[in-house]
Amino acid sequence: MRGLADLYLQQLKTGIASMLQYRATLVIWLIGSVLEPLIYLVVWSTVSRSSGGAVGGYGARDFAAYYIVLMLVNQATHTWVMYEFDYRIREGMFSAILLHPVHPVHADIADNLSSKVVTLPFMAAAACGLAVLFHPAFHFAWSAAAAFVPALVLAFLLRFLVDWTVALAAFWTTRVTAINQIHFMAVLFFSGQIAPLAVLPRPLQVAATVLPFRWTIGFPVELALGRLTPAQILSGFGAQAGWLLAAAAILRFAWRASVKRYSAVGA
Amino acid sequence: MDRDPVIRLRELKKTYLVSEREPGLRAALASLVRRRRSEVRAVDGISFDLRAGEIVGFLGPNGAGKTTTLKMLSGLLHPTSGEVSVLAHVPWKRDKAFLRQITLVMGQRNQLVWDIPASDSFELNRAIYRIPAGDYRRTLDELVALLDLEPLLAKPVRNLSLGERMKCEIAAALLHRPVVVFLDEPTIGLDVTMQRRIRAFISEYSRRTGATVLLTSHYMADVEALCKRVIVIHHGRLLFDGDLSGLVQRFTAHKTIVVQLRDCAADLRAYGEVLSCEDGRQTLRVPKAETARVTERLLADLPVIDLTVTDPPIEEVIEQVFAQEAA
Repeated sequence: MRGLADLYLQQLKTGIASMLQYRATLVIWLIGSVLEPLIYLVVWSTVSRSSGGAVGGYGARDFAAYYIVLMLVNQATHTWVMYEFDYRIREGMFSAILLHPVHPVHADIADNLSSKVVTLPFMAAAACGLAVLFHPAFHFAWSAAAAFVPALVLAFLLRFLVDWTVALAAFWTTRVTAINQIHFMAVLFFSGQIAPLAVLPRPLQVAATVLPFRWTIGFPVELALGRLTPAQILSGFGAQAGWLLAAAAILRFAWRASVKRYSAVGA
Repeated sequence: MDRDPVIRLRELKKTYLVSEREPGLRAALASLVRRRRSEVRAVDGISFDLRAGEIVGFLGPNGAGKTTTLKMLSGLLHPTSGEVSVLAHVPWKRDKAFLRQITLVMGQRNQLVWDIPASDSFELNRAIYRIPAGDYRRTLDELVALLDLEPLLAKPVRNLSLGERMKCEIAAALLHRPVVVFLDEPTIGLDVTMQRRIRAFISEYSRRTGATVLLTSHYMADVEALCKRVIVIHHGRLLFDGDLSGLVQRFTAHKTIVVQLRDCAADLRAYGEVLSCEDGRQTLRVPKAETARVTERLLADLPVIDLTVTDPPIEEVIEQVFAQEAA
């Protein structure tokens, strides 16, 4: 365990040092991360105003609150492992990784966390800026705040494991971008990113409850906004835990199969 | 004293399935429905043993199966058939205990983090291999001294020259003090001085740690300087396994005799094939079996100032080995 903690710490340092090398890229990336939720925020606020003040229980200021929190949650749980895997396979970098006596998922989690450390202060500042501009309606409650932290950690882990497993497709096809595109569309619709799930048609809401994506973004956002009943919060944690176990099992199986394939085909 | 081999291969085979397609649009459309595949035997039944502390040259032309074999030995590839054992482990099972004891350095691969100084990558490897702090410091100091890394440690890897980077790659790969070292073209693209340095380092590392080294290289100087024993493969099959001098003995039919006379006036064509003549220095090629007789005759017949008998350069020998196989 101490060895693993040391690895995480070292990878975290390495990741932060690497990120800070590319300041311009960092800034462009941050702008993108703010722009996307900002667009949804503006669109949905406009829709709600033109629909007589509320859509699916969300008024303009509720939408502002939703998307500001969503921006932070998305930032905290976002990964880019698919691009990373695609690149590693194309460049033949997996051989070096497979020679290491440690599961590569650890290095990737730590690397991902390093980007959060670097970007979170900027995102927090952006959130404050948006709050000044859009007057969000926050209903703060200590209980929700306390539940939010574990929900966010579980959401991060779940999203990471799901993304990492989907990224393993790179071992099987060189056209992994198409698979990523489908995955991103699913995340966009079922996680609560394109719209709060309460706004979506009923069948989509049901699908979102069954699929893992809602539990990676929508659930912690709604929890933070005080929109969930204690029963809903509890079942949300249950869904997160269940999906997390399932994702870890699938990852384990898929990783073994991928390595087996890699070692049969070579690279 | 016959210790168990550190590396043992028996009838090792690796067959790849590769897609094939004729050129042209029609073939492209046909390939949508039906993919044609063919088998390529990259490694076709090779067997050999390596004992602890040996430095062995693994030779063969491009596509001979060298890298495929190294990848099977380091656990990156699963053999199609045959047996392989390294340090009593089955490599493709990739046990952590196995991975901690080996290393594979590939000349053109990059395991250092590109944007940060090499010393940070070394620290990362320390954590990956869980090297105790004291051992890490000692090994790093040793590697820094042997490879002269001090001035490079603080520079981002992307700012290093190819040779500098290679030195750092090698250091990173050896920090955990592997007892089995696979080197795939470690000197490729480096200038002569740097090649010599890396060579001296590999020899010193093996001497100090008792590591077993299997090395592929296109530079015969690497092989001559480091390896008493060479294993030659071609088309995935073993052509030769033995002393470097034995390779020369077995695959060369000729020797070179250089005779120093006062001038080039004497016609030596009766003694052998004249390769060159310059300032009275004539180079002859003679069949190996004839060498002693021709030398004797030259000394008896002519006013010889100096005479030397040499084997052809190792490059030429290797070229001949591959050519013979192809013929």
